Amino acid sequence: MAERLLDVESLKVTFATEDGLVHAVDDVSFTLDRGEVLALVGESGSGKSVTVMTLMGLTRSPNARFEGSARLRGEELVTAPDEKLEKIRGREIAMIFQDPISSLSPVMRVGDQIVEQIRAHEKVSKAEAMDRAVNLMERVGIPRARDRARSYPHEFSGGMRQRVMIALALSLSPSVLIADEPTTALDVTIQAQILQEIKDLREQSDSGVIFVTHDLGVVADVADRVLVMYAGRVVEQGTLDEIFYDPQHPYTWGLLGSVTRMDRNPPHRLPAIPGLPPSLLNAPVGCHFRPRCPRAFDRCTEVPLLESRVEGTPEHVDRCWLEVSEKRRRREVEGRIGLAAGTVA
Amino acid sequence: MARFIVRRSLSAIALLFAVSVVVFGIFEVIPSYNPARAIAGRNANPATVQEVSHKFGFDKPVYIQYANTMKLIFTGQVIDYQDDLNVVDQFAHKFPVTLSLVIPAALLWFGLAVVFGSISALRAGKFADRAVMVGAILGVSVPVFLLAALLLYVFAFKLSWFPNTGYSGLSNPTQWAYHLILPWIAIAALSIGFYSRVLRSSILDMSTQDFVRTARAKGLSGGQVFRRHILRNSMMPIITMFGLDFALLLGGAALVTETVFNLPGIGQYEAQAIGNLDVPPILVGAMFTAFFVVLFGAFSDILYALLDPRIRLTG
Amino acid sequence: MTDTTGVISAGAAEPAPVAEPRTVGVGPYQLAWRRLRRNKVAMAFGSLFLVLVAMCFLAPVYSKDIAKIGANTNNVTGTITVGGKQENVVSTDGVPIGPTFTRHYFFGADENGRDLAVRLLYGGRTSLIIGGIATLIIIVLGTLVGLLTGFFRGPVDATLRPLMELIWSFPVVILGVSLGTALALGGIGPIKGNSLLIPALIIGVVYIPYLGKPIRGEVLRLREQDFVEAARAQGMGPWRIMLTEILPNAASTIIVFVPMMLAYSILLESYLSFLGAGVQAPNASWGTLISDGLNYISTTPTFSLIPGAMLVLTVLAVNVVGDGVRDALDPRAQIRIKT
Repeated sequence: MAERLLDVESLKVTFATEDGLVHAVDDVSFTLDRGEVLALVGESGSGKSVTVMTLMGLTRSPNARFEGSARLRGEELVTAPDEKLEKIRGREIAMIFQDPISSLSPVMRVGDQIVEQIRAHEKVSKAEAMDRAVNLMERVGIPRARDRARSYPHEFSGGMRQRVMIALALSLSPSVLIADEPTTALDVTIQAQILQEIKDLREQSDSGVIFVTHDLGVVADVADRVLVMYAGRVVEQGTLDEIFYDPQHPYTWGLLGSVTRMDRNPPHRLPAIPGLPPSLLNAPVGCHFRPRCPRAFDRCTEVPLLESRVEGTPEHVDRCWLEVSEKRRRREVEGRIGLAAGTVA
Repeated sequence: MARFIVRRSLSAIALLFAVSVVVFGIFEVIPSYNPARAIAGRNANPATVQEVSHKFGFDKPVYIQYANTMKLIFTGQVIDYQDDLNVVDQFAHKFPVTLSLVIPAALLWFGLAVVFGSISALRAGKFADRAVMVGAILGVSVPVFLLAALLLYVFAFKLSWFPNTGYSGLSNPTQWAYHLILPWIAIAALSIGFYSRVLRSSILDMSTQDFVRTARAKGLSGGQVFRRHILRNSMMPIITMFGLDFALLLGGAALVTETVFNLPGIGQYEAQAIGNLDVPPILVGAMFTAFFVVLFGAFSDILYALLDPRIRLTG
Repeated sequence: MTDTTGVISAGAAEPAPVAEPRTVGVGPYQLAWRRLRRNKVAMAFGSLFLVLVAMCFLAPVYSKDIAKIGANTNNVTGTITVGGKQENVVSTDGVPIGPTFTRHYFFGADENGRDLAVRLLYGGRTSLIIGGIATLIIIVLGTLVGLLTGFFRGPVDATLRPLMELIWSFPVVILGVSLGTALALGGIGPIKGNSLLIPALIIGVVYIPYLGKPIRGEVLRLREQDFVEAARAQGMGPWRIMLTEILPNAASTIIVFVPMMLAYSILLESYLSFLGAGVQAPNASWGTLISDGLNYISTTPTFSLIPGAMLVLTVLAVNVVGDGVRDALDPRAQIRIKT
């Protein structure tokens, strides 16, 4: 049994704004074990980034309120004092940010930035830290690492920059690695390389990885388990196979439906999910997805409970009141899983 | 870098030329201006005035006069009309006084601006912040000479904490500083507030940048993040502004402050020359200041390029 | 009767429109105005400014009807009744009377027996007029120069821009003082040496680049935008494009500069007058009053401090309003989430 690294229970993050309360994260729970990759899937505004950043305490501000718990190997993170979190950041939990050009300091040499991370937690000399930094850069596939460590971020290409970020995140061998849309800002060919890096890492190290993305193709490539978020809530959670082959939530169908698949004939039109994500200030009553869901019915005005409805898979949970048989019947469009456009009930 | 220096030098020369022409030209415009008379003295008879005029070349065409004057300036031989003293000598002699005024004041102003700006940003919205904002607006609403006069009146005259006016040489450092403290405060007080606000703005902008978030994610303490990442990047705007303001200080506030505090620097010299319509010192003073404007402009740009590796020095 | 294009001809009665929810967008300037109105501090100082301006422009009224003495009327030997007692306006050893806070010599007298309050108001009027005219010059010419150098490349830019750079690099005080001294004597063209227009013109010209350069930057940025391309494609001539497309977009920058330039102008006038290169006798401005008053600072500090206070108050008011305008036109996001 792999060690349980993260245990998040009913995490809630609320921001007080001029216009009202924003429930950015609403009752999110999940776990992460050593060696596994959990994909956190959702659109912009679904709360996935806020969730992971809260684990590191990066969302703390005067107008943020937190409830629930997030335990890293038993230690509570949500209420931990800043000093404690400072020790954990970078060392136990590290993050690969989305946009490497803005996430790296433009005025510091790349090598120095990695050195800074190392020396923030370990008492080593600058020379030694630099050696380690160069090593890391080589490990993530940056050629002529010793020279390039003296370069500035703007002198690298996008893919190389992201590798620097990966090197940075790995420098202290953290138990939990969070990758927040690491490939979104890169073009497709580089994406593939970076994903390969991350997969290799999973082989080599023992870390648990949380991979935040909106791209299901990436999920299929990398993930062991998947958490689907919508408008701040978890709407479905399960293993990769469960989500891809037996998805229970209409939003998941929509996501799957909008991915082109190479093993099928292309449909006449890629079914897109109609409508727009809701404003978190005035969220719809009950199920947040209700206004966009062609399968919504009267019970949907009551917040669906997150529970396992499929027999035999207690870890596969979802937030949809529909009967499982009904879901299985309705989720196909032209022979493939997708969300049919239809009138809202 | 070499190209940068060459281009800047060329623009400096062009500027100095333009400045000298303009100043010279301005005083040519005055119909009632008669330097010959000024030199000859009030009661001189027309014949003497004519003689003086001829001797100094005032009866020659304008451009020849200009050429001559420029030659005199650059060979260090130009004489002022009023007291018959060598202008360049006078400048050399008086410049240290102005430097004594301006350099410590500028350091004070910049240093305190960084402190106040940081405090103001870190305590944004709270009392300390508002106090700095009020100070900033007041600072840009008060003319230097008024503040100087006020300081003199309250601290030197009424309270006798500081000497009334005058300058004391560097040979006695305590006395030297003692005489200069009020002038330093007068000059610094005006700009501290403004610079603090610019820095505050910069810091608040920087704090929301992604790389600051990365720095926090590394586990650096708040103080480390602030000093190493936020502050360093926030200083750029005020550094560039500072270069230009310092140069302009030489040509502006220094003039007025030296007059009020009776400090024998180049500012006071220029102010007197202006009052006497004594062209040579005004001319040299204008060129001198313009030169510093270019010099400090170049310094700022170089410093900026040093601090931010993304910037390449262009002409 | 309607014609074929559907236009209802005159005379047709129109039924009262049904009230419907207003979906009319509120323009950015209206939004900004609302924001400004909510800024109580700015509004308060704005009112203060208007009150000060009104007071100064009513100087003749004050002089004639209240104080009953002119700004330049010497009254060394006169006496007035204060609190029942008869006092010399200027005492036998030359010390003028201090503030009486009555109609006559409200702020006291100067060494010539002149009523300071009257001079203060007239001086203020002078300072404000000069500041106002200078600001007008700066706004009009600065915008023009900025537009021209930003929009047209080539010969226009090549001639105007170095000129602008030259004025910009010239230390403001030296340039202003030189021009002031020179022109104060001889005047320029038909304008006489002691006209108020001279300092106004000088200040205006000196500060043109302060607006010109930012406007030029704005124009350079705007001219690359698509809507300018579209206008050109429509066949609009350059002047029309500048006026109808670019200028409105640069307007918010210009608006922000108005109070700033007014504050600068009033201050520069005081510097010039202090150095003798601004307002010339017999006219007075706050700058000249302060300058004259400094001679008596040890005996009667009020001579310079009162005009000083008026000057600072006025410039302060302009600056606070200016800040308010800037905030209203450029609101940053109110939410500050520290990541």
